[in-house]
Amino acid sequence: MAKILEVKDLVTKFYTLDGVVNAVNGVSFDLEEGETLAIVGESGSGKSVTMMSLLGLIPMPPGKIEGGTAHFTGVGGRHDLLQMTPEELREVRGGQIGFVFQDPISTLNPILTIGEQIAETLTRHKGMTKDEARKHTIKLLGQVGIPDPELRYKAYPFQFSGGMRQRVVIAIAIACTPQIIIADEPTTALDVTVQAQIVELFKQLREALDVAVIWITHDLGVVAGIAERVLVMYGGRPAEIASVDDLYERPQHPYTLGLLGALPRLDARESKRLVSIQGTPPDLLLPLQHCPFAWRCDFAFERCWQEIPSLIAVGERHQTSCFYDLEKGAPRDV
Amino acid sequence: MADNTTTPKTVDSLLDTEKTFKERVAYFGRFLWRDRSGVIGLIVFLIVVFAAVFAPMITDQSPLDQDLRSSKMPPAWQEEGDWAHPFGTDSLGKDIFSRVLYGARVSLMVGLFGVLIAGTLGMLIGAIAGYAGGRLDAAIMSGVNLILSLPYLLFVVFIAAVLGRSLLNVILIFGITDAPIFARVTRGEVLRIRESGYVESAVSAGARWPRILFDHILPNLLGPLITLATFEMSRMIFYEAGLGFLGLSVPPNEYPTWGNMLAAGRKYMTSYPWMASFPGLAIMFTSLGMNLLGDWLRDVLDPRMRRSRK
Amino acid sequence: MHRYLFSKLAQSLLLLFGVLFLVFMMVRVTGDPAALMMPRESSPEQIEAFREEMGFNDPLMVQFGRFIVEAVKGDFGNSLHFKTPAMPMVVERLGATVELAVAGLLMAMIFGIPIGLIGGFTPGGVTDNIGRFIALMGQSIPNFWLGLMMILYFGVELGWFPTFGRDTWHSVVMPAFVLGLPVLGQIVRLTRSAVLEIRGEDFIRTAHSKGLEPKTIYTKHVLRNVAIPLVSVIGVQFGYMLGGSIYIEAIFSWPGMGGLLEQSIGWRDFPLVQAIAVFTSVIVLALNIVTDMAYSIIDPRIRYGR
Repeated sequence: MAKILEVKDLVTKFYTLDGVVNAVNGVSFDLEEGETLAIVGESGSGKSVTMMSLLGLIPMPPGKIEGGTAHFTGVGGRHDLLQMTPEELREVRGGQIGFVFQDPISTLNPILTIGEQIAETLTRHKGMTKDEARKHTIKLLGQVGIPDPELRYKAYPFQFSGGMRQRVVIAIAIACTPQIIIADEPTTALDVTVQAQIVELFKQLREALDVAVIWITHDLGVVAGIAERVLVMYGGRPAEIASVDDLYERPQHPYTLGLLGALPRLDARESKRLVSIQGTPPDLLLPLQHCPFAWRCDFAFERCWQEIPSLIAVGERHQTSCFYDLEKGAPRDV
Repeated sequence: MADNTTTPKTVDSLLDTEKTFKERVAYFGRFLWRDRSGVIGLIVFLIVVFAAVFAPMITDQSPLDQDLRSSKMPPAWQEEGDWAHPFGTDSLGKDIFSRVLYGARVSLMVGLFGVLIAGTLGMLIGAIAGYAGGRLDAAIMSGVNLILSLPYLLFVVFIAAVLGRSLLNVILIFGITDAPIFARVTRGEVLRIRESGYVESAVSAGARWPRILFDHILPNLLGPLITLATFEMSRMIFYEAGLGFLGLSVPPNEYPTWGNMLAAGRKYMTSYPWMASFPGLAIMFTSLGMNLLGDWLRDVLDPRMRRSRK
Repeated sequence: MHRYLFSKLAQSLLLLFGVLFLVFMMVRVTGDPAALMMPRESSPEQIEAFREEMGFNDPLMVQFGRFIVEAVKGDFGNSLHFKTPAMPMVVERLGATVELAVAGLLMAMIFGIPIGLIGGFTPGGVTDNIGRFIALMGQSIPNFWLGLMMILYFGVELGWFPTFGRDTWHSVVMPAFVLGLPVLGQIVRLTRSAVLEIRGEDFIRTAHSKGLEPKTIYTKHVLRNVAIPLVSVIGVQFGYMLGGSIYIEAIFSWPGMGGLLEQSIGWRDFPLVQAIAVFTSVIVLALNIVTDMAYSIIDPRIRYGR
């Protein structure tokens, strides 16, 4: 399979009044055509900022991308997103890479009809006339499961429920048949039943459109149902990358282990108490000098306080940034 | 677009009820230094208060003594000026410098007591509306909003004309007509606090009402109300001068005010411009200081405003 | 939408009733209305005769009923000073006041909105700092005093503009500037903060994520949302200007309602004062309804009764 997105050593910082926030400290991963990658981490782990940085969606200033490359193989060939001009990035955004955001209540403009908000993507990227865009929009509304699309074209966001609004946002994301959809916690703000519907809709669309999906979430529970591979992030750094099966069966990072332990299990024999990870997320205002997880890690030893671990291959397409071998119960010799 | 990691941590820490008093003061200081205009505003305000309180010690001239022999004297730095009357004298020979100093007393009294009355009334009305909710809330608030949409100055002038000129009347007029603004802000905050749910959790944790009021509701109300009070005080000082200018505030022979000085000086505008210049500058100076102070307080005390300003 | 406007209209009528009540009671409850309205040197006999003539001896309710009935017909009695009906005189002065307020508001909008927009889009830039300075000054300089100073400098010293009256378009420049300056400050502040706030909204990020041109985002997504608070503030400020024109008209001898109000207070001509207060309130309330209509055109949430 061809890789359509290759990110290497991305570094993003925010220069705020209170100091420099080290939001992303060297993240690398890649994405294959039609593949679904989940990025998992707590809030502040840098998972959203990583994706927003790639496409110039962080406010600059205070934000600044200080290093790395991000090669995207799109319609115009293979190019580094971070080297693109704002004009070139605008062509990619919405046209070749679509977005779905967390809160469907605030992500739609309250005073424009939902039809207009979908159609403007089409007129922008596909060069459609207003009328063509209208017809296509109605088709899209049907495709994302909104009843009476013709009628709903003229409705305003406040006349829709949360789930319906999220369908509209998805319609915007798929409008120009992109190669990648970046979904930033698309189900977090929704009711549980609606969540399941949205996940189901994503699966259908992924099959129908053959699109790659990057699914950002803090909930490992959702991941198993939709993703093929998982990137676990902690403190602005990648902790572990693995296929879903590998990750669940043989996690290679203490943080992943903690996340899995925090997951409520239906197959558990007795109702155990939920295990939560002790301690608080790292203070991103401090420059990183050692493993960011060392503070909370049960396995941390001397080396963890002296070096920043980089990703180490531990299997086929399985990497972890941990000096400790959980399977052997001893430090790694790398 | 901002990620939550960009939120200034210090503001959140400032509003954190867990912080000790000392820590809060320290944060205040840090913010004051960062925003120099706030320092300027505070200094200006303190100067005005100082001038009002210590007027008799700053100048030995009486603000009411007439001396026709030394009338219409220009400021000291002009020809024919005299340092005995730094800002010159008016048409009756009264010392303008001392009148400006004593005038600060009236301005500050009107501002302080006007805001106290308006704030107390408004807080009561707003708290009732916000707490009761439903129809009572809707009725009170539509009344408040409509009153706020009326031509305020016109009614102030009208009421002052009917009641007659006195300091008490002016304070009462501002105290009552300004209450709706405080009511609106209080109600908004009460609703926000109720929605945020921590009062509920305090109730369910068994906290008693006085405790909830003092620990949770008042600290949250205080920030926005202090900010509002600063702006409203500045506005009242402004409007009192306006009333004095129309001859509807304290009479000039009873006590000097910046407004009645302006009114008296207006007739001599072209020949003796200093008579109207100094009281006007005094109003501007005070109001500038309080607006700077208010802007700064808003930034520090209201995290929502701070974020949007960034 | 109709229900929304209807309820606004009903509220306004109720408030107008409240205004009439206030105006009526203020003059009568706070003391002897006859003594209030007669010259201070009047004899007791003169005052008694006046009281009888004005009907102040009737029970309050009767007086109030009569006042309301006459007020609805637009009759506020005769001006004590001019001995002619008060209302037509007020209406006659209206044109000049509206002209002044509109000129001031236009100036405030023409300069304030662009400065505020630029400030909001480039916070910390040169225009933003100038705008914030203007806003601070507009808020802090007493405009009646500024009027005096401008007469002194631009009128007397330089002779650029006439210092009083309403003759040519030159005459309106200084009073309109002075009246509009605080409003200019308000508009700059509000526009700036509204732009900043809306730029930070999630739906603007969505618009960026669609790859829209910045121009489209600013005009279609930001500006239309900024217009909502702006419309309501402009409505409120216009009402403020009608009230604030009292000082400015007095300083510039502008032949409007404010000037008339200042004079009628001096003459203790309370029928005239009442007529001005009520009439201005009617205009402001009507203006509120217009503002609300404009509001509902821009904001669908109000149009659909949310």
